[in-house]
Amino acid sequence: MSPTAKEAGLAACHVCNRLIPVSELAATGHRCPRCGASVHLRKSDSLARCWALVLAATIFYFPANLLPMTHTGFLGKVQSDTIMSGVLYFFASGSWPIALVIFIASVFVPLLKLLVLAYLLISVQRRSHWRPAERTRLYRMTEIIGRWSMVDIYVVTILVALVKLGALANIEAGPAAPYFALVVVLTMFAAMAFDPRLIWDRMGDEGN
Amino acid sequence: MDKRIACHCCDLLHEVRPLPPGGVALCARCGAILYRYKRNPLDRTLALALTGLILFIVANSFPFLAIEKAGLTRQMTLATGIFELYREEVYLVAALVGLTTVLLPLVELCALLYVFAPLRLGRRPRLLAPVWRVMARVRAWSMMEVFMLGILVSLVKLASMATIVPGVAVYAFGALIIVLTAAFAAIDPHLVWEALENR
Repeated sequence: MSPTAKEAGLAACHVCNRLIPVSELAATGHRCPRCGASVHLRKSDSLARCWALVLAATIFYFPANLLPMTHTGFLGKVQSDTIMSGVLYFFASGSWPIALVIFIASVFVPLLKLLVLAYLLISVQRRSHWRPAERTRLYRMTEIIGRWSMVDIYVVTILVALVKLGALANIEAGPAAPYFALVVVLTMFAAMAFDPRLIWDRMGDEGN
Repeated sequence: MDKRIACHCCDLLHEVRPLPPGGVALCARCGAILYRYKRNPLDRTLALALTGLILFIVANSFPFLAIEKAGLTRQMTLATGIFELYREEVYLVAALVGLTTVLLPLVELCALLYVFAPLRLGRRPRLLAPVWRVMARVRAWSMMEVFMLGILVSLVKLASMATIVPGVAVYAFGALIIVLTAAFAAIDPHLVWEALENR
């Protein structure tokens, strides 16, 4: 099998894919000679940065799910809804496809992403040789699905913009909204910080 | 130019070879997509980016949704949501929604036109390298398709409470998502790298 870029002494630019000999990196100030992007053999401090972001997102996951996302005033009554109470409301009122969309996008995906990233980090740190191709696919999946968690933020935005009918009906954003936004942003940054090539680097470490 | 490419997911080196029409090159080890065959990339990217800019203007200047309840009507544009969040002092969320649904898609459209209009005319845009780098960064944070799902969920949420009337801008927004995705799919990055190489 052909070698990896690292084994061949090359670093790949993540923006324009140009291969740069590692020995020339210091001379170019770790800049790609073709497009000027910063080039490193591996994402710098990938594991530490990814852990920090995963932990921060985990902390914010609690207020995001426990505090109310919206305050709804309807004919004089005010009702506060968390993400989960919204899901249960839709489930009870029979629109279970919507209940499922909100549950998957807002509760399940962020949690899954945090668990998957924590698992990948631990597996890399423990120098696991178990199913690297599947672990890489798992990483690509978390990278793709992460953005869909934003859906609840957008729902709040649209509700807040539309439902401003004075005393009749009025919706305002609750305290959970910024926490939830932070969870989505931090998990996206965490996925970007993780370098999937580390999974494969460990495979070549048989000697150590 | 170096005829090799390293897989961005597992670092394995591959020889770059021409693909048959419709072909995709996958990493031999982890299955990630390395590059794809592109048909008529410059014309397509440019045409789609221009279409996208027109749709963007329509999506942002016409009524987006309207709500009707007991004789009361309220209309919103795309910016209304951002404005209301700002007024309710949820600044972080307002900024995030503004960036991901309005500002960054606009940056993407402008960057596409800035890069590909000169390339189509056989010239190299002066700021090709920095603009191309910005474009690669911004892509992950432009989330119009997620916003569209948010609209659908909101419609169902409000259906029992009031009548919701979709405006022209919603259709323009939907079309813009498809056009922008197609524009990015049409790009042949090798052309840009070649242009960068021949300075």
